[in-house]
Amino acid sequence: MALDILYFAWVREAIGRDGERVEPPAGVVTVADLLDWLVARGGGHARAFADRARLRAALDQDFVPLDAPLGDARELAIFPPVTGG
Amino acid sequence: MNRVRAQSGDFDPGAELAGLERLGGGAVASFTGIVRGDDGLVELTLEHYPAMTERAMRDIVAEAHARWPLIGVTVIHRHGRLAAGERIVFVAAASRHRAAALEACAFLIDWLKTRAPFWKRERFADGRERWVEARHEDDGAAARWD
Repeated sequence: MALDILYFAWVREAIGRDGERVEPPAGVVTVADLLDWLVARGGGHARAFADRARLRAALDQDFVPLDAPLGDARELAIFPPVTGG
Repeated sequence: MNRVRAQSGDFDPGAELAGLERLGGGAVASFTGIVRGDDGLVELTLEHYPAMTERAMRDIVAEAHARWPLIGVTVIHRHGRLAAGERIVFVAAASRHRAAALEACAFLIDWLKTRAPFWKRERFADGRERWVEARHEDDGAAARWD
């Protein structure tokens, strides 16, 4: 099933785009699996995802840990720890 | 009564407070965040996640209501380009008594800093730009409400 990915802040800059639509293969179960799959495909993902401790994620607009299953989510966002306020 | 807004434009803290003062409680407390011009900072750019931002802010307000007997809460967070000295964030809480209003304000700003999807980019007078790193102090401040 198609998954829309959104990137924010320096993650967006490192990848060079603000999002993409992907069709991950069956073996991609968690957010972390998806990051591995994107890195293997090339592009700026390897640099953006090099330090996983600096990444946060949201599935369908709810914060989740990187080991969360993608499930039936339609939208995944990858971004640095938030710095508002 | 809750007012939750993510917006690019400025806001009027006095008008926001007046709205909360009319709710009939005995206490209104507020916090206004201002862009600091430290180290030659000229401007901040606030990026956010539009589909998620106001929902995350409403969740934080709902949590404040669950913890304190509040009559009204207002949370405003700006995005886009903000010069040093401009208002960036505002939280205010109305309650019957001061303790709930004051504590709720501290809670709201602590959780906004760690649970609302905003990211700050700094631009300095010498042309440098950089993304602000999350601060451990902010995580610690938010953790005291766990």
